[in-house]
Amino acid sequence: MKKIQITDVIFYGVGGQGVLTAAEVMGWAALLNGHHVKKTEVHGMAQRGGSVESFIRFGKQVYSPLPVDSHVDFLVCLHPEEHVRFKDNLKPRGVDLIKYLEKAREAVADKKQFTNTFMLGVLSHYLSIPESCWLTAMEKVFHRSIEENKAFFAQGRKMGGSL
Amino acid sequence: MSLHRKDENLFLFSGNEALAQGAYESGLQFAAGYPGTPSTEIIEYLSHLKEVDCQWSVNEKVAFEVALAAAIGGKRSLYASKHVGLNVAMDSLMTSSYVGVNAGFVIVSCDDPGMPSSQNEQDSRCFAKVAKIPLLEPSSPSEAKEFVKKAFEISEQFDIPVMVRMTTRICHTKENVALGLRTEIPVRPFGVNAQKYVMVPRNAYQRHINLEERLVKLKAWAEKTSLNKIEISDKKIGFIANSVVYFYAKESYPEASFLKLGMSFPFPENKVKDFCRKVKKVFVLEELEPFLEEHIRALGVKNVQFKDPSFRVGELRPEDILSIVKGKKKEHKKTISRPPSLCLGCPHRFVFDLLKKLNVVVAGDIGCYTLGFSPPYESLHTCLCMGSGITFFEGLSRSIDKKVVGVIGDSTFVHSGITGLINAAYNKTKGTILILDNGTTAMTGGQSHPATGTTVKGELTKQLSLEAIAQAAGADTVDVIDPAKHQEFEELLRRRIEENNLSVIIVRRPCILLIKSQKKQ
Ligand code: SF4
Repeated sequence: MKKIQITDVIFYGVGGQGVLTAAEVMGWAALLNGHHVKKTEVHGMAQRGGSVESFIRFGKQVYSPLPVDSHVDFLVCLHPEEHVRFKDNLKPRGVDLIKYLEKAREAVADKKQFTNTFMLGVLSHYLSIPESCWLTAMEKVFHRSIEENKAFFAQGRKMGGSL
Repeated sequence: MSLHRKDENLFLFSGNEALAQGAYESGLQFAAGYPGTPSTEIIEYLSHLKEVDCQWSVNEKVAFEVALAAAIGGKRSLYASKHVGLNVAMDSLMTSSYVGVNAGFVIVSCDDPGMPSSQNEQDSRCFAKVAKIPLLEPSSPSEAKEFVKKAFEISEQFDIPVMVRMTTRICHTKENVALGLRTEIPVRPFGVNAQKYVMVPRNAYQRHINLEERLVKLKAWAEKTSLNKIEISDKKIGFIANSVVYFYAKESYPEASFLKLGMSFPFPENKVKDFCRKVKKVFVLEELEPFLEEHIRALGVKNVQFKDPSFRVGELRPEDILSIVKGKKKEHKKTISRPPSLCLGCPHRFVFDLLKKLNVVVAGDIGCYTLGFSPPYESLHTCLCMGSGITFFEGLSRSIDKKVVGVIGDSTFVHSGITGLINAAYNKTKGTILILDNGTTAMTGGQSHPATGTTVKGELTKQLSLEAIAQAAGADTVDVIDPAKHQEFEELLRRRIEENNLSVIIVRRPCILLIKSQKKQ
């Protein structure tokens, strides 16, 4: 049996930053693109301002909800102080999006709640999921400010690959 | 189900949502539970479906009995809680296999390996065995949906409650799940049958004989069912695995042979022996207790290797599979993640600021306020289980020579604090108990309970008065105070602590997240 090609992403940060919401959009985008998706979450005590992470894996068929050797293709960290937690878990050719976090913070200014959407935009640049899937995914996940979310997503998508 | 397709009917569902949807499609008509991570979303999902009569119960014992009786009454019915919740329903669980069901009854117990949100990591599988009920273990959200349907069929075919055991990693993993149509199941008539439903000794003895006969039939069924699946590939190495661990091994060793156990009680001995005959070296993979291990050891098969006992602690992760195969011990790594803390503006902050200042011994309980144990407060000194804020207050008061204050949340008080308060009053205990009334079950995401005056479906209902019940239970004084009024609160608490009375202070201020969610609506 040949190893099945799977893309592994981890979203992480601190409870309340929209880590789980960003992961949810990513999950839907992959699903809408025809992938099998497995995505892990944290609930309960862990959410009260503590560290939060969500793994997403997608491909033709995904068995394990966690990456088998704990290494991922993309690190999407929303909090600079949390970055260290998974910085050594990147695959050799993986991409660490921490370099975009400062740009994201500048772009959203005092609208901090859109940092996650901007970073999703950056991530989308690196993945071969069509833009239409991302837009539909956002419509499914965000209940408010959909247009603003799409605008910050677009900004992030343009920024992707520039650093 | 083909996963690789674009389908309008396809959803990204958590294990809990998928299980609830599966129960719904099976014609589920009644559901009850008490919130608890990682199980909460099962009842929440069902509460949105108009065909399902659904409730948050006062506690798990109540939920279990109401749901079992609904099944005996003829409606397909489901109980859901976290692992430690099932402890509260243990008395009911233990005799439920004797009386059996009428329409199907499914018990969902969600274990929490690694304890991201629990006080222990007990293994519900042991309960299924002790209570003598069949045990199904899905490995993924989509399996949770399929297995719960099977569970209803088994329950009706063998006249027995069936446990579906989940774990956090399945409850809170999301994957593609296709929605199906609901099958309406007619309500089964309830026939008076005292021999079956009245558990006095003579009847119970007959029912125990009958139960053992049902278990023999169930064992034969477990040997044949495709829930226990042999996949022969490389015959040099094989795994016997259950739950999500099966998928970790499947991805790490795609060439190996597998016996995937989806129904591990009654234990399918012959299938296990058969697998061990076909494969040269077999490894047993399971999280937590050596449940499969004990069964397999009893078979006397020689070519099997088990995990080191150190792996009974914590979650198994994919990278652990290799260590188990190599016969290594678990390395308990220190995590560097930041600990949870009370939200900014949380009403509990005022309480623990004051308790710290008063330098009293505090008997705590389960809820966000348990975080009062940690810096900067460090002023909550015990927490065992639901309700122990009051019983520990009493026991500690009786043995130590310092002022003791009991602390318990509103939902927790209703769940299992009331009996403790009656006991304290009855046995002449003196001292002060704080009921931290933030108007919701906050830690699990804000669920309603009897003192909120709303049901799980958001309908208005009778509202339990905490003041009146504390009074009726025997408190000498009952006060209500807003903790944000620092000075008044401090004066009141100092005064009550000094009195030679049993006093209850209801510390009332809503959870910040509750206020935010009400603003959104
Ligand atoms: S959820 Fe509510 S009760 Fe819990 S810490 Fe936050 S504000 Fe306090």
